[in-house]
Amino acid sequence: MKIGYYPGCTLKTKAKNLEDAAIKSMAALGYEMVELDRWNCCGAVYSLADDDLVHFLAPVRDLIRAHDQGFDKVVTLCSMCYNTLARANLLMRDDEVKRDALNDFMEEENDYKGEVEVVHLLNFIRDEIGWDKLRDAVKVPLEGLNFAPYYGCTLTRPEEVGIDSPKDPVVFQAFIEAIGGNIVDFPASQTCCGSYQIISNPEAAKATTLEILTSASDAKADALVLSCPLCEYNIGRRQDEIIKGNDKLENLPTFYFTQLLAIALGLPIEDLKLELNTNSTKAFLEQKGLPALA
Amino acid sequence: MSDTAVVTEEVQEVKAEMVPVYIMGKRYDVPNSLTIMKAMEYAGYQYIRGAGCRGGVCGACATVYRLPGDYHIRVGLACQTVVEPNMYLTQIPFFPANRAVYDWENIKGEAEEVFQAYPELFRCLACNACTKVCPMDVPVMDYVAAIKRGDLEKAAELSFDCIQCGLCATRCMAEMAQYHIAQMVRRINGKFIAPHSEHCHKQVEAIKSGYYTDKIKEVMELGTVDPFDDSTKTDKIDKLIELYKARETEPHTAVEDWKPESDFALLK
Repeated sequence: MKIGYYPGCTLKTKAKNLEDAAIKSMAALGYEMVELDRWNCCGAVYSLADDDLVHFLAPVRDLIRAHDQGFDKVVTLCSMCYNTLARANLLMRDDEVKRDALNDFMEEENDYKGEVEVVHLLNFIRDEIGWDKLRDAVKVPLEGLNFAPYYGCTLTRPEEVGIDSPKDPVVFQAFIEAIGGNIVDFPASQTCCGSYQIISNPEAAKATTLEILTSASDAKADALVLSCPLCEYNIGRRQDEIIKGNDKLENLPTFYFTQLLAIALGLPIEDLKLELNTNSTKAFLEQKGLPALA
Repeated sequence: MSDTAVVTEEVQEVKAEMVPVYIMGKRYDVPNSLTIMKAMEYAGYQYIRGAGCRGGVCGACATVYRLPGDYHIRVGLACQTVVEPNMYLTQIPFFPANRAVYDWENIKGEAEEVFQAYPELFRCLACNACTKVCPMDVPVMDYVAAIKRGDLEKAAELSFDCIQCGLCATRCMAEMAQYHIAQMVRRINGKFIAPHSEHCHKQVEAIKSGYYTDKIKEVMELGTVDPFDDSTKTDKIDKLIELYKARETEPHTAVEDWKPESDFALLK
């Protein structure tokens, strides 16, 4: 079965490991992720200013492309893209005045009123495949490994686009359970990673990342599981710098959820694009003898 | 001369229909069959800048215009676009656009290098004004989007028809000079991404090795000819003309795998 797929820019470069593992895994599960023929950067941030329509052009254009290509759903992997597209879509559905203004401005495009549904891959697996079927498809259950599901901000907030309840989300845990891993509940599961503050206020970003790493380590996590390249940048790539001089913390591996899915489905190691992961993540897999079937 | 056509009343009556055009706001009546460029010359403007090839490929004569009762900005190359009644037009022969300086010998062909040379790329909001104003129908917004996600090959392909007229840069709310960025991308594509044409490299090597030196000398010794001075025509020149006529060129209808027969091209 074919599914419309919006990658987002980072997944084509620095987070190719998030994308490749997803495409290969979904193919193994019988779904072809069809990248939109035309797409542009979604903007990566949903503008909160009430009169700032220009920032909606980019995400709405992407939704128009999906609609023009005949998809009633468009699947995304990156938390930021998901959030931006899903919220722009709600605006086009619910706000008649802004919708008309945007359609009028983009007169070279077909009119759009929110016909497409924006779906995060975790929810696609939950709703279209189901946890039982996923469990059946797993060839290498990740038994005995303790995974801390990190939602961050944009997967669950605001509530109207959350992939699950913002107060008590369970979809990530259900995913980890289905691929055979142990779920680590940790208090900072939805604490912001610092996001773009890493540019304007790096100390603040560092502080919040430290809190996440401490919280997951205290809960005895073997690894963090993510769905966002920006979270990965803050928590993964910058981890050495953050824990430097901190003798209470050791490196904590960071995976994209799609990479764990690929490992569990028995896909070869090259599908993981591990060269883009941190050294401690690679070392962790090696130590555990994963991917097992490679 | 006696064979000149007789000028009858009928012939005298055939006249070009005149249409009003407004060049920078001033009305001129010009023949309706003229291009904008010819119309401007008809109206008395003399081109010093803003005209180049007059063939629609050099990008020097970008023109913007509007028609009555229509808010759209229209564009065209002055040398290619025929006048329309009541058009309000001006040419934009030049628009300031910064071109980044980079060390081509040390470029590795990575998207990051384009990002560093032109960080303003990331100010694009996908308003699409660039695409709408492109006289060559280049999907400018889409190639900018492709560059932003590091797909330089796609961007090179999408921007291939660009003639660097600069109209995209005049309309960009992110203040980019898109066409300079695309040029850097196409250069990277040519050097690092697109397949290299091996026969071209071979040919260059053959030239360097001196394979053609004697042959070129031979031709040059045949001398030169002034087409207006019969006294410069010698036997040697006849030989030159003969050689020129006998030269092998790719036929217009050549099949894709056409190869020359002569060893001049060293392709066998």
